[in-house]
Amino acid sequence: MNDLSAAFGTAVGMIAAGDAALAAIVLLSLRVSFTALAIAALVGLPLGALLAVARFPGRRAIIVALNALMGLPPVVAGLLVYLALSRSGPLGPLGLLFTPSAMIIAQALLITPILAALARQVLETMWEEYEEQLRSFGTGAARAVPTLLWDGRFALLTVLLAGFGRASAEVGAVMIVGGNIEGFTRVMTTAIALETSKGDLPLALALGMILMAIVVTVNALAQGARDTASRWAG
Amino acid sequence: MRKPDSILPLVAEGLSFAAGGATILEDISLSIEAGGPTVIIGPNGAGKSVLLRLLHGLLAPSAGTVRDAGRREVPGPAQAMVFQRPVLLRRSALANVLYPLRLAGVPRAEREAKAREALALVGLAQMADRPARQLSGGEQQRLALARAAALGPELLFLDEPCASLDPAATRAVEEIVAALAARGTKIVMTTHDLGQARRLAGEIVFLHRGRIIERGEAPAFFASPATSEAKAFLTGELIW
Repeated sequence: MNDLSAAFGTAVGMIAAGDAALAAIVLLSLRVSFTALAIAALVGLPLGALLAVARFPGRRAIIVALNALMGLPPVVAGLLVYLALSRSGPLGPLGLLFTPSAMIIAQALLITPILAALARQVLETMWEEYEEQLRSFGTGAARAVPTLLWDGRFALLTVLLAGFGRASAEVGAVMIVGGNIEGFTRVMTTAIALETSKGDLPLALALGMILMAIVVTVNALAQGARDTASRWAG
Repeated sequence: MRKPDSILPLVAEGLSFAAGGATILEDISLSIEAGGPTVIIGPNGAGKSVLLRLLHGLLAPSAGTVRDAGRREVPGPAQAMVFQRPVLLRRSALANVLYPLRLAGVPRAEREAKAREALALVGLAQMADRPARQLSGGEQQRLALARAAALGPELLFLDEPCASLDPAATRAVEEIVAALAARGTKIVMTTHDLGQARRLAGEIVFLHRGRIIERGEAPAFFASPATSEAKAFLTGELIW
């Protein structure tokens, strides 16, 4: 018990002092997860919108696949990216394995289906309301995609935050493709896993508290977005 | 009289529409000519809204054709439609009116002036920057009218535009419709409100069980309907 409170005290001290190693880990975590989120959003949101408005053979199958991939275990995503990036893999010559780029790729792979599937759900409801009016304007499916993405912007912000939450909290994928190399690919979740197993509780606790703070902030932002949305969506 | 590039008359021939095994419209032939508003009346379920959607091009008929006098582009900027429940974009009132203008390729420099002019026409000039979905029901329907009128369509379809509005809002909408008609826009509307039909109609199309039972100039129709169904409908009897 004394060990615990001592560890807690040290953790608070590290955060308050702005410990350099700690800050580096936090910043890398944020850089990896936000970059992965940006890439996943560029692919996933338009894909979700297209699935909401277009009717084509195979659409149903894609939706089922995306919904299934929402539950893709991070270690499996990590394994797939590992196989692709490993020396003998198809992308091996790029030399990306055990770099932050590999971690970004793995997290983007993990959350793109989440963004696409959630965006599809949100925008399909909106499309049911909009379809007749937009067809009356002469809006084709290609034109309806940006219209829905813009009109769904507040709801999609919540979708983005869900994706960010998933990316920033996962440990399996970044552990496999990043390798948890100190000062290079060590992020909050892998550091917590490592430090806990080593028994270095202060660093693990400090990182845990920061991760929690980020999660709380993200959820506060989500709530703010929903409030703004209800003002505009009526 | 007729402009060379006019889409009027819009001619429907042998129009039928069936969905899920039920015939909703049967063998409708109708010519929409330039002139006063054409008001389609009839009991609920007569097929009024479906007929409007077929004429506008939102639905494809099971049989028959809809042709206009000019280049057929369905739907296109020469015609617009306002729905019973306005579907407003989650943007400002002004942005709602700008949307179809941008879609129709109106040059950027002219868009805003056109949009503000349309807002002024419906009395919403002060509301331009308000979120559209925060407006009252009547204001929303007026905004939908402004949006439809912004491109200066030759033909404007209105599907029960006042069905869920209070009398004051209904009156405001009717004044806008009358102003658009006076400006030369051909109005084709449905209503279940006989008083509204009397106030606005140039001609009446009486629809019953998917067929046109009677059609004529509004004053003559209301003074002496030719068919027993129309007589019964006008006296407020339930007909089926």
